[in-house]
Amino acid sequence: MTQRNDFSDPPVATNAKVADEVKYTTCYMCACRCGIKVSLRDGAIRYIEGNRNHPVNRGVLCAKGSAGIMQHYSPARLRKPLLRTGPRGSGEFREIEWEEALKIATGWLSAIRATDPKKLALFTGRDQSQALTGWWAQQFGTANYAAHGGFCSVNMAAGGLYTVGGSFWEFGEPDWENAKYFMLFGVAEDHDSNPIKIGLGKLKTRGAKVVSINPVRTGYSAIADEWIGIRPGTDGLFILALVHELLRAEKIDAHYLARYTNSSWLVIQDEGAEDDGLFARADGHPLVYDRNTKTIVSAMDPNASPALSGEYTLSDGRRAVPSFTLLARRYLDVKYSPDAVSAQTGIPAATIRRIAAELAHVAFEQPVVIDRPWTDWAGRKHDTMIGRPISIHAMRGISAHSNGFHTCRALHMLQTLLGAIDTPGAFRYEPPYPKPIPPAIKPAHPAAPNSSLSGPPLGFPQGPEDLVVDDNGEPLRIDKAFSWEAPLANHGMFHTVIANAHRGDPYKIDTLFMYMANMSWNSAMNTAETICMLTDKDTATGEYNIPRIIYSDAYYSEMVAYADLVLPDTTYLERHDCISLLDRPIGNAEAACDAIRQPVVKPDRDVRPFQDVLIDLGARLKLPGLVKPDGTPRYPGLFPDYMVNHERSPGVGMLAGWRGDNGGSQMIGPVNPHQIERYIENQCFWRGEIPHAAHYFKPWNKAYLEWAVEMGFLSKPEPIFIQLYSETLQKFRLAARGHGNVRVPEKHRERVATYFDPLPIWYTPFEEARFGGDYEFHAVTQRPMAMYHSWGSQNAWLRQIHGENALYINRAMGEKLGIADGDWIKVSSEHSTITVPAKLMDGVNPNTVWTWNAVGKRSGAWGLDAEAKEAKRGFLLNHLIRDLMPPREDGYRYANSDPVTGQAAWYDLRVRIEKAAGKHERSEPVFATVKSPVPSQRPDVLRYGGRFRPTAKQ
Amino acid sequence: MTSLPQTTSGKRLGLVIDLDVCVGCHACAVNCKEWNTGGVAAPLTDRDPYGQDPYGVWFNRIHSFEVSGCGSSRTVNFPRSCLHCEQPACVTVCPTGASYKRAEDGIVLVNEDRCIGCKLCSWACPYGAREFDNDAGVMKKCTLCIDRIYNEKLDAVERVPACVATCPTSARHFGDLGDPNSDVSKLVRERGGYDLMPEMDYRPTNKYLPPRARRIEAAEIGAAPQLAPVEPAAGAGFLGWVDRLLSSG
Repeated sequence: MTQRNDFSDPPVATNAKVADEVKYTTCYMCACRCGIKVSLRDGAIRYIEGNRNHPVNRGVLCAKGSAGIMQHYSPARLRKPLLRTGPRGSGEFREIEWEEALKIATGWLSAIRATDPKKLALFTGRDQSQALTGWWAQQFGTANYAAHGGFCSVNMAAGGLYTVGGSFWEFGEPDWENAKYFMLFGVAEDHDSNPIKIGLGKLKTRGAKVVSINPVRTGYSAIADEWIGIRPGTDGLFILALVHELLRAEKIDAHYLARYTNSSWLVIQDEGAEDDGLFARADGHPLVYDRNTKTIVSAMDPNASPALSGEYTLSDGRRAVPSFTLLARRYLDVKYSPDAVSAQTGIPAATIRRIAAELAHVAFEQPVVIDRPWTDWAGRKHDTMIGRPISIHAMRGISAHSNGFHTCRALHMLQTLLGAIDTPGAFRYEPPYPKPIPPAIKPAHPAAPNSSLSGPPLGFPQGPEDLVVDDNGEPLRIDKAFSWEAPLANHGMFHTVIANAHRGDPYKIDTLFMYMANMSWNSAMNTAETICMLTDKDTATGEYNIPRIIYSDAYYSEMVAYADLVLPDTTYLERHDCISLLDRPIGNAEAACDAIRQPVVKPDRDVRPFQDVLIDLGARLKLPGLVKPDGTPRYPGLFPDYMVNHERSPGVGMLAGWRGDNGGSQMIGPVNPHQIERYIENQCFWRGEIPHAAHYFKPWNKAYLEWAVEMGFLSKPEPIFIQLYSETLQKFRLAARGHGNVRVPEKHRERVATYFDPLPIWYTPFEEARFGGDYEFHAVTQRPMAMYHSWGSQNAWLRQIHGENALYINRAMGEKLGIADGDWIKVSSEHSTITVPAKLMDGVNPNTVWTWNAVGKRSGAWGLDAEAKEAKRGFLLNHLIRDLMPPREDGYRYANSDPVTGQAAWYDLRVRIEKAAGKHERSEPVFATVKSPVPSQRPDVLRYGGRFRPTAKQ
Repeated sequence: MTSLPQTTSGKRLGLVIDLDVCVGCHACAVNCKEWNTGGVAAPLTDRDPYGQDPYGVWFNRIHSFEVSGCGSSRTVNFPRSCLHCEQPACVTVCPTGASYKRAEDGIVLVNEDRCIGCKLCSWACPYGAREFDNDAGVMKKCTLCIDRIYNEKLDAVERVPACVATCPTSARHFGDLGDPNSDVSKLVRERGGYDLMPEMDYRPTNKYLPPRARRIEAAEIGAAPQLAPVEPAAGAGFLGWVDRLLSSG
């Protein structure tokens, strides 16, 4: 036995130096945008941790963020601009100098701008600089701009912004401190990563009940009190059945509805009239019936006691009813009863009834009362803040269905009926939200040669007159966003761009310019055919159908091989960036916040930040806003210069903090040349506190409204009433019925009339309605918490966690089909077939199969071995998903999208499965290995950090 | 074989892991790897990192699995790392004295200078907590971030293991389990914290907190199992109740 002397434990370096320099910046390992503290040793990254002071993550950091070192030092990083030498898709390039690359791009783009600017389609993917990229498109004059929201979550954004003036995630959050009941709909692990995890920890510790409604029981669902394994696409029915139960039992917050929503506003009942279903108005104000004076008065009259029921006669003799009456009439119908929806949703009727009873109990028997006086917009004083402690969060599980917009509206309706919007314990707005419903920005039409757009390319139509269509009602944008096919496509429709440009529908383009969007792989629906569209040539001219493709990415992603010109980006630790309030905000319910990135390390390759390149290109193209009157660059210091010196309107720029000569102004103030230094001194973020009395009831709280006006978030301190009944939707419906000056093309009329219902509806998702009978399973995906899109697979650490995926099948169902763990199965949709490994599990809805998203990689990409398991066994479900629906009887083909917002409906997928015959080692389809322009730098052993090891003396 | 310390300070530093809130996100595992690959046991090597079958050294691994039986099933997220046992067989089995348990705080460490890579310790550990570094030819393991918890170059609040500092749901707690009045000891008492495989009698220092009782029945939160529909009052008209609700203050 080796005897030890207790006083002679070997010395350990317990006090070693960690860093010789510490820098704060913002993470980019996903869209969460947490604050990070980076410790450096000898110029190399020693450690990345969460910034304890940061408002988003408060010191914690997820697996992705902690793996940032491996992302930064990835062998897949591009080194220099690339010009394609082989055929598209071959991966054959030659490295060129930046000057040559920028001259080529300038030549292509200036010719487009001089002839037809819309022939440039600028689409960005996981872009966190949309405040710049959208503005750049506007200066260039192309309306063909969007980021990835159209296939991500526009249904949630639009559903929220057209109903409550905010939305889940970036525009609002649960009241983690006060909620007593939390409902989580669908997969939520991939967005707002750390805040939701921090919040769940708080809820569970406080003893709040957590209910997860999700076909799959992983991640957050695993720690819920109750998991409801709903059938995909039926969340709307479940929600409407809850509404039915609450209405039937009179368990709604009538005072809240009367005071803060349009429930009392009178809706004209005049079938066939051009204003049927619109609000009755006088002097522009909606009208209500005052129960005190028994007269019809303005809804803005603070003395009125508006009725929610009854039928009234307007001054012109026509009938009108409070909108709540229409709402109640609809959802009291027995077709929304728990018994009626149970079979469709897969949820027992008793469970639906119980959840409704629990919601009512918590909302009305356990209110949260905060002893804090506040004053509402009309000057009425309230001694306390009384809240309904029901919080709800939803994301893609609702969003990525063709009925997602209405389902999201239904969810906001449920919250509103309970009085659970911006009251203590409920969903809370995050500034700059709430905004007017909808926000006042309208989408611009394409511009004439050598001119700019009249406004931003993306916006919020308020009626048919705001669509981006020609005189015949045909689309003017390449993606058909804001056309009759997808009128409220607020985030654009990136998922249709390649197919439309390939077909020349509605027209051909010249150059497709993309950034951080893996459109030849995991970001495409119908991946295999999309690859063909990128490589197809016009037989007459021999030219590619999409003549030119410029792409910017930091890594050798699958998309790079399909570009003609590649502009290599830096990693997120090598550049300036700005997380602007003009873009997607990172604030919380008690503060407006923004942030920057600063370079933490210098690039060791000949790469440039995409934002710098865009500003440089803009100056070379002499775009308005990017050059001075004398033609010299307006922002010679490139993006950092723009971040500080660009003003969107006088005094309003990209960054809100430390404006003005001495840095003493926030939100609005003159340019401060030292602004970036001030951000760096403050750990790269700014936080503007909302006054204490304005923390709740924001849309109707005088203190909030005045603060929001002072900050420039609202133009006037006027209340924002929740729009349960959407007059905007009714306007589109009236147009489809032939009213008004805007003509709806015949082919879209029935569709618009059906889906622009002013109250939430539920309908069978389109793919199920069409093919459901033959394809009995729903197939959905989720992104693992430890990975973000395709980036994770190149990461030496994260790929050890999720290196391959399988198709998960309900155990009892799999056994019935004779499928065992590890079997290979054929998975077929009406569109295509894949062959993949299977796994059985208990925690999945019996009618549903699922897999992890974007784990499968193309052989040869991402700096990985051609035989990497991501390429060999890993697979994409994308091959099975249609980008276009099959032709209608008249031959017309709609995108596989929500009919209101154009959101890509990739969760609608239906499949059938069978055991695959024969032996398999590879998932199918198999794609040829793509050549890599990045030299192989794959070490046999990675010893990262060995150099930092302290000696025992330290 | 290596002996355990005959006298100890009574201090038993360790972790308390809350299975009620662990969502299986791997944040702790990756942040652990990130810290420790530059720490006293550096590097935590990765074999074939961009190749066909990458495999590296991790001091903390997360397992997500389903537990079924008696007609019910649940998903468990289970983080696994060294438990810094009171009776660590990994130490007593060590032929060279490389594995040792510190007298002053109970942390189990490996002195790599003495490790001959025989792997007896990994065979002896029933928890699978030992990680062999093929490249260095030595055994490595969780150090409880000994280079953080005493490190005066870090802010006091940072002197906790990396896994604890980074955990987004606060599922991980660090402290002295030898002190009955410490926060972690209280947590163990309040929540019924338990030992893994107590029958082995290795007396792990780390404790796991079981999931709280799941509330599914309405009565468990004080609610009725369903709402009672209200019959419309005679003459009140459709929805008359809603305005009655308004009149009721």
